[in-house]
Amino acid sequence: MVSLSWYLGVAALLFAISVVGIFLNRKNLIVLLMAIELMLLAVNINFVAFSHYLGDYHGQVFVFFILTVAAAESAIGLAILVVLFRNLSTISVEELDTLKG
Amino acid sequence: MKMESLYLLVPLAPLAGSLIAGLAGPFIGRTLSHWVTIVGVLVSTIASFVIFNDVMAGNTFDGPVYTWAVVAGLKMEVGFLVDSLTATMMVVVTFVSLMVHVYTIGYMADDPGYQRFFSYISLFTFGMLMLVMSNNFLQLFFGWEAVGLVSYLLIGFWFKRPTAIHANLKAFLVNRVGDFGFVLGIGLIYAWFGTLHYAEVFEAAPALATKAVQFLPGTEWMLMTVICVCLFIGAMGKSAQFPLHVWLPDSMEGPTPISALIHAATMVTAGIFMVARMSPLFELSDAALTFVIVIGAITAFFMGLLGIIQNDIKRVVAYSTLSQLGYMTVALGASAFSAGIFHLMTHAFFKALLFLAAGSVIIGMHHEQDIRRMGGLWRKMPVTWITSLIGSLALIGTPFFAGFYSKDAIILAVEASAKAGHAGATFAYWALLVGVVITAFYSFRMFFLVFHGKPRWGHGGDQGHHHGHDDGHHDEPHESPAVITVPLVLLAIPSVVIGFVAIGGMLFGDYFGGAIFVDAAKHPAMKVLAAHFHGATEMALHSFMTAPFWLDFVGVGLAWFLYLKRPDIPALIQARFQGLYRLLDNKYYLDRINEVVFAGGARRLGAGLWKGGDVALIDGVAVNGSARLIGWVAAASRLLQSGHIYTYAAGMIVGLLVLITLFVTLGVAR
Repeated sequence: MVSLSWYLGVAALLFAISVVGIFLNRKNLIVLLMAIELMLLAVNINFVAFSHYLGDYHGQVFVFFILTVAAAESAIGLAILVVLFRNLSTISVEELDTLKG
Repeated sequence: MKMESLYLLVPLAPLAGSLIAGLAGPFIGRTLSHWVTIVGVLVSTIASFVIFNDVMAGNTFDGPVYTWAVVAGLKMEVGFLVDSLTATMMVVVTFVSLMVHVYTIGYMADDPGYQRFFSYISLFTFGMLMLVMSNNFLQLFFGWEAVGLVSYLLIGFWFKRPTAIHANLKAFLVNRVGDFGFVLGIGLIYAWFGTLHYAEVFEAAPALATKAVQFLPGTEWMLMTVICVCLFIGAMGKSAQFPLHVWLPDSMEGPTPISALIHAATMVTAGIFMVARMSPLFELSDAALTFVIVIGAITAFFMGLLGIIQNDIKRVVAYSTLSQLGYMTVALGASAFSAGIFHLMTHAFFKALLFLAAGSVIIGMHHEQDIRRMGGLWRKMPVTWITSLIGSLALIGTPFFAGFYSKDAIILAVEASAKAGHAGATFAYWALLVGVVITAFYSFRMFFLVFHGKPRWGHGGDQGHHHGHDDGHHDEPHESPAVITVPLVLLAIPSVVIGFVAIGGMLFGDYFGGAIFVDAAKHPAMKVLAAHFHGATEMALHSFMTAPFWLDFVGVGLAWFLYLKRPDIPALIQARFQGLYRLLDNKYYLDRINEVVFAGGARRLGAGLWKGGDVALIDGVAVNGSARLIGWVAAASRLLQSGHIYTYAAGMIVGLLVLITLFVTLGVAR
């Protein structure tokens, strides 16, 4: 029997990988978007795992919401990215620092 | 009429005249303006004489007229104190003022500021009367400042002349220095006595006679001495005592009637009057009296010396005024307050006379003021000549003239004071004795140069000749009209007789009874004098055997020898003693010292405060400094905002970790 802690461990691992992906990634904005997606998925795993463990299906309903929102979000993110590339000819995270003080 | 309404009438009549002439002057015209003011002062004069008689009959008055404000127990009111001292001053002020008003009709006849001038002198009379009639320090200060203001206005009367503007500014500033001391004195009195009313202060004063106060840590000063010295500093400003005398010679920029009224006869005597009025306070402090006598002696002697080398007719008289004020101050310092007031009175008459005579000469000479370009005027201006002679004789103290009695009384009082061992009196005694020679010398130097000797005007000088070609005998000096000569004659009369008439009662009788207080046990000068006094005639006859008379004789003789007999000698002396002459010509460099030390010091201090305080501290540190500090903080904190998502994310994660660690280990969450 795979216990709850295994699911949680996988989710935590995925979350950690995505966090590291966000702040170690210096090259590509797409990787960043992917890391965010990964982070949301890690959360989803948590939701499903707890839902099953507690026998409450509300958690799984939330997962659908999150998936929908994540899909919309990555669509918008990719659209912004395309516009950004047209304007700046780069999607390197290193060079996108126009918001600095 | 009730006496109290008469008291009110005395200051209010000139005030009304002044307001009418000043505000409505352009509409009512010149003639009506001078009539309004003269009638005002005439009413005031008559009322003063009536009051004087009433006071002589023994009726004094001390009471409020109008309560202006009451603040936390401090009563500010207009009140009159009418006693013999006040009555004397009222009569002198109004009489001299009346003479000057009449004289002004002639002197200012062509001046465009005619109405303004009359308005000012009436306003001055009002201020001076408020000063002398006051029964409290607040009103005294009001009168004090009122006459100061009018003096300022009148010195700068010809406001298109730069010299006049500088002179009135100087008078104003120097008087501020004195007033600063005066206000401190009044403030101290209020702080310790809790009242500004003369009678209450005098009553409480003996109890505080030995009170010592710490003003600065570690120094103990006698309260009375500090109060009296502060008050006297005020008197030094107003009565032009060394070293605050510098404004008076320059005030000769004003029209001559003003020089006579304000800068010789009345306003400058305000300080003398004030000290005499405060005699119950001054008597409690020997140190303050010594200060007074030394300042007076310095003024009497050194200012007299300056009179010798002046060539402007008005300046000679101005320096003699300074010197005579020094005599009065010495009298005050020797506790001979009555002698000081007596000299004040006689001096008011003969000095006003001398000034008005000088004005008459100036008009006669067509506004020439340099005595080197006069001479031989006695044929042309007989009335002015005679009255000037009387004034000069009175000034130098010729026996039987007014000045003799008052001046001799002062010298004798100082001698007695010196014998009694009063500090500073011996120095003052010698200063005054030498001062007698100097007074006689410069008075008659001026008199001889103006009225006798060879005429040095008109055709004597080549330049005058070119000028006066068309004018016919316009160059010729002429006697002044009656409005000028009548006041001269009217002033000449008291200049001769007032001393003889008044000395017995005023100095040795019970005249000043309650008005002036002298602690005879401590300061016996006047008592000693009274013991030796056997009537005015005896005093005059006796004087032929005393030093002052012969010193006068020497002075006049010297003036006669140097300026009539051998007019070539003065130039030789001047050439021989260049250094001394330059010292005197520059008035002991006091103006220079004031300019460099005080004015320069004040400017350096101001520049220091400006550069150090304003520019560096307020602008630099407070205003720009806080802006710069915020700039620095912002510049440091913007380094944190890199614009890179990964640093923000790292920050968030690290922060989260730190917070969680804190919560877990310290258990804050619980």
